[in-house]
Amino acid sequence: MKLVPLIFEMSREGRCGYSLPALDVPKVDDAIPADMVRGSEPNLPEVSEVDVIRHFTNLSHLNHGVDTGFYPLGSCTMKYNPKLNEDVAKLAGFTESHPYQPESVSQGNLRLIYDMEKFLAEVSGMDRVTLQPAAGAHGEFTGISIIRAYHEHRGNKKTKVIIPDSAHGTNPATATMCGYRVVKVESDERGGIDLDKLQDALDDEVAALMLTNPNTLGLFDENIDKITELVHSVGALCYYDGANLNGTLGKARPGDMGFDVVHINLHKTFSTPHGGGGPGAGPVGVKKELIDFLPVPLVDYDGEKYYFNYNVPHTIGKVRSFYGNFDVVVKAYAYILFNGPDGLRSVCENAVLNANYIMENLKDLYYLPYDRYCKHEFVVSSKWQKQKNSVRTTDVAKRLLDFGIHPPTVYFPLIVEEALMIEPTETESKETLDTFISVMRQIAKEAAEDPDFVKSAPHDTPVGRLDETRAARHPVLRYKKD
Amino acid sequence: MNFPDDLLYSEDHEWLRVEGNRGIIGITDYAQEELGDVVFVELPSVGEEFKAGDNFGVVESVKSVSDMYIPVSGRVVEINEDLDGAPELVNEDPYGKGWMIVVEMTDPEETSDLMSASEYEAFVKESE
Amino acid sequence: MDYIPNTDREREEMLKSIGVSSIEDLFSDIPDNVKFNSRLNLPEAMSELEVKRQMAALAESNAEAEHYTYFIGGGIYDHYIPSAVSHIIGRSEFYTAYTPYQPEISQGTLQSIFEYQTMICELTGMDVSNASIYDGASAMAEAGIMAVKVKDKGRILVSKTVHPEYRRVLETYTAGMDIDIIEVDYRDGVTDIEDLKTKLKDVDGLIVQNPNFFGCLEDMEALSSLIHDAGGLFITVADPISLGVLKAPGEYGADIVCGDGQALGNPMNFGGPHLGFLATKEQFVRYMPGRIVGQTVDNRGNTGYVLTLQTREQHIRREKATSNICSNQALCALAATVYLSLMGKKGLKEVGEQCVSKSHYLAGELKKAGFGMAFDKPFFKEFVIKLDKDATPVIDSLLKKKIIAGIDLSRFYPELKGCMMIAVTEKRTKQEMDELVAGLEGLR
Repeated sequence: MKLVPLIFEMSREGRCGYSLPALDVPKVDDAIPADMVRGSEPNLPEVSEVDVIRHFTNLSHLNHGVDTGFYPLGSCTMKYNPKLNEDVAKLAGFTESHPYQPESVSQGNLRLIYDMEKFLAEVSGMDRVTLQPAAGAHGEFTGISIIRAYHEHRGNKKTKVIIPDSAHGTNPATATMCGYRVVKVESDERGGIDLDKLQDALDDEVAALMLTNPNTLGLFDENIDKITELVHSVGALCYYDGANLNGTLGKARPGDMGFDVVHINLHKTFSTPHGGGGPGAGPVGVKKELIDFLPVPLVDYDGEKYYFNYNVPHTIGKVRSFYGNFDVVVKAYAYILFNGPDGLRSVCENAVLNANYIMENLKDLYYLPYDRYCKHEFVVSSKWQKQKNSVRTTDVAKRLLDFGIHPPTVYFPLIVEEALMIEPTETESKETLDTFISVMRQIAKEAAEDPDFVKSAPHDTPVGRLDETRAARHPVLRYKKD
Repeated sequence: MNFPDDLLYSEDHEWLRVEGNRGIIGITDYAQEELGDVVFVELPSVGEEFKAGDNFGVVESVKSVSDMYIPVSGRVVEINEDLDGAPELVNEDPYGKGWMIVVEMTDPEETSDLMSASEYEAFVKESE
Repeated sequence: MDYIPNTDREREEMLKSIGVSSIEDLFSDIPDNVKFNSRLNLPEAMSELEVKRQMAALAESNAEAEHYTYFIGGGIYDHYIPSAVSHIIGRSEFYTAYTPYQPEISQGTLQSIFEYQTMICELTGMDVSNASIYDGASAMAEAGIMAVKVKDKGRILVSKTVHPEYRRVLETYTAGMDIDIIEVDYRDGVTDIEDLKTKLKDVDGLIVQNPNFFGCLEDMEALSSLIHDAGGLFITVADPISLGVLKAPGEYGADIVCGDGQALGNPMNFGGPHLGFLATKEQFVRYMPGRIVGQTVDNRGNTGYVLTLQTREQHIRREKATSNICSNQALCALAATVYLSLMGKKGLKEVGEQCVSKSHYLAGELKKAGFGMAFDKPFFKEFVIKLDKDATPVIDSLLKKKIIAGIDLSRFYPELKGCMMIAVTEKRTKQEMDELVAGLEGLR
C-alpha cells in the first residue's frame, strides 16, 4: 500500500496546472535545427494545481519538523527557526535581484554581506570571513583549501591532516578531497584530545589539525590552548569545525582559542531552517595571514559604496558560483540583529543549561561515558540496555518516534558504542525537556520489562521500519511507467 | 558458526580453497555475520595481479564498508559475477555460492602462513 | 522577547536539579585564558518591527524584478514561478525538517526527493539522479571528479564556452587532486572542434555546456562521438528549462548530466540558494556523490522511501568517500519538483517555446536596428550582441529606464570587449523588448 501515491500516478492526460500569457510575438518554429529538437517528451505528470497542492500537503503531513515537535538531533542544532527570518528573506529586493546586476543597484545586498562578515568575524574571533560556502562540509573544503594554498605559497604544501577519532565524517572526507592523508589521533579518558598522542603525530608534514570544540561528545577540550600551541609549533594550522558553535557562542571564541580557520553553520547556530537537508550556509573565517587566500569576491567599502573585490592575491578561486547562499545569509543576519550581543550569549547559556539538565536526569538509566559538564549536547549509550535485554540504540530511537519526538543522533560519535547524541537547544521549554526525560525513562523501563515491544517500534508512525537492505541490494531510484 | 575443515583462513577473515595451483577465495561465516546484510560486492577484474595482503575488493552492508585482503599472491582468473545481482549469496552461502574470486597462485608456499579451521576458530574466539 | 521560553524561575529549578548554583558553573571547563569575558561588539538587540524596517531598507536599495525589467542571465534567470510553489515550500513541515535520517517520520521529504530524482532523469534522459547538490558549478566539479574516478587518467577537458565561474569552481575543487584541467578554445561562440581534436589523448572526459554560456547551441552529437572515440565520458551542463524543447542529453550520448536548477521554480536570490542537479547512467551510480533516495517497503507492507547507497558517503566511508558532501538542497529541489509538477510536459515545452520565440523576436529587432550578433549560431533564450563600445556604461545608462540590460562579456572574456549578453525568458513582453531596443538605439 502507498500512503500517498506518486505524483506521476495521479497524472491524467490533458490536465494542466499552469497558465502563461499568450505569446505576444510571432511564433518561431525554425530557430532550433531539427537535429537538436527533443524527440520523445519527458514523462512529467499532467496534474491540476489542486492535485499538486493536495499531493505535497499530504506529503508534508508525513514529516516531522521543528515546528511539529522536539528535535534533539545531536550536532545538528535543531533550534526553532524564527518566522521573522522567513518573512524578511522573502523581500523582493533580496529574492528578485540578480547576482550580475550592477553594483550601483545592489548596494543593500552588498551592505548586508559586508555587515554580516563583520558580525561573524566578531562572533568567531577571526579577521575576515567569506560567505561563499553553501554548507558546513563546503566550508570545511574551503577552509582546508585555504590552508593548502597557504602552505603551498610558503613552499611546503605538506601531506597530512590530523583528525581526532571523535570527528564528523566530513572532516576526513574533506582532507582527502584536498589531497591530504588523514592521521587519526585518539581521545583521552576525559573525552578530549590525548596530548601525548597529538605530540607524537605532529611533524613537519602536518598541514593542519581539524577539531570540533566542544567536540562531538559535547565536551569542551580543557587543553585547547595547549593543543593549538603544539600544532603551531610545527608550522601547522588549526581548523575549527563550527558545527558545535552553539555551545560556546559569546562565551569563548575559536579565534581566541588559537584557531586560524573556522567554518560556521548558519543553519545551526544562527537559526536558519535546514529545509529537509538544505539549503544551509557555511561561512569561513580566517586570521589575517590567510586573508589573501580567501575565495573571490570579497565585499569591501570605499567610503562611498560597497563593491565586490576580486583582487585577492593568492585566492583559492571559487567554491561556488556567485556569492553563496545569499538568501540564507539574510535570515541569519536578521537573527543576529534581533538577538544582539546579550541575546546571543544567552542562546548559548540556555542551550548548555538545557543539555546539562537532561543529562543529569538520564545518567542513572543510560550509560554516560564521560561524566562531566557538557556544553550544548552530550552523548549517552544504550549499552546497558543492549547487555541486559539486547535492546539497541536503534530500538530506543525508533520507540521515541511513537511519542512524537525526533530521536537523537545515533551511533555517532564512533568512539562510543550504541551512542545517542542529544542536543536540546535553547529554544525548548522545561516542560518539553521534562517530557523527553520521562519518555526516555519509560523506554528504559520498557526495555527491561518488555524488550520486544521496544524492538518492534515504532508502532504509531505513518510507516513502520523500512527495509534498508532491500533498498540497497536492489536499488529503485526513480519511478518508471509500467 | 561454521568453519569447514578443508579450507584455509586468514586473520582478515578470508577463506581459501586450494585446487592445484588455483585458489578460490571468499569471506568467512564469521565475517558475513559481523557485516550483517551484504548489499554490494566490488570485485577486481579478471587478469589483475595481487600480492598476498593486498586489498582486492570491497564488501558493503547497509551502513558499513569493509576492504577484502587477498590471502595469497596471484592473478585473478575468475570472479563471481552472480554477486552483482545477488549480493545476499555472501550471507546465505559464504563458502559456496558466495565465493568472490579465483586466483592462479604465484607462490603456493604462502598457504603455510594461513590458519586451519581449528586455529581460525580459536582466533575468532580470542578476538571477541 | 527572545526565542528562549524558560523563565528565571525555571532556570533556577534546572540548576538545582543539576546541582550547581549558576549557569556560569557549567562553563568552568573553559580555561580562563580562552574565555570570552567581554561583550560581543554587535548592534544592540532590536524588536521584530525594527528588524523588519532595517531589512526592508536594505532590500529597497536594490533593483529587483518587480520594478525593473531583467534581460540579464548568465546562469540565473528571471523565469515565472507559479504561486503554488511558494505555498508548498513555505510549509514548515518541509522547511523545518533536517536531512531525513529517520525515514518513518520523513516520508514527505523522501518521497518528494524520489519524485525529484525521477523528473531529473526524465528531463536529462539519464537513469539515475542524486537528491541535488549545492549549485550548478559544484555539480559540474563533482561530475568532473566522478569521471576521473571512473576512468582514472587524471585529465579533464572543459570547453571555454562553459560558464566561467563553473570552470573556476572546477579548478578549485580539483586543486588538491591529481587532476589536470585542460580548456578547449571556442570559435564563433561554440567549442572549437579542431582544437578539441588536438587535446583528446588520455582523457577522462569532456565537459560541454548546452546551451553554452553564450547561449549558443553546441554540436553535441559531434562532441559526443569525439570524446567517446577517445575513451572518455561526455559530461554535459544543461539548462533544465530548455529540455522541453531541446534534445535530452541522454539522446546524444551524455554519460553525466549536471546543471543548475534555479530556473525551475527558484527565485534568483542574488545568486543563491538554488540547487545543482547531477544525473548519470546506471553503471556509474556508485561513483555519484550526494544523497540518493530509493524505494523500499516497511514491515507492514507499505511502500516507503529511504536514503540509500550510503556507503559511498562520508559518514561511512570517511576519507574514502566519493565527496565530503552530506546534505542536499532539499527545499530548492522541492521547489523544482512542484514547479515541474505544475508545468507538466506541456507547460515546460511551452515555456521553452516562448523563450525561443521571444528571444528571436528581440534578436531580430536588434538586428533591424543595426546591432550585430557576436556569433552566428542557433540559440535558445540567450544571445550576444555587439555594441561596438564598452557595454558597462550602456548597461548603467539603461538603469534609468529600469532596465537591467545584460552582462558585459568582457568581464569574463576580455577579447569580447563591446559585447553584451542578453537573456529573454517567457516573462518578457513585446513592449519590454521594444523598450530595450529603443533604449539601446538611444545610446548609440
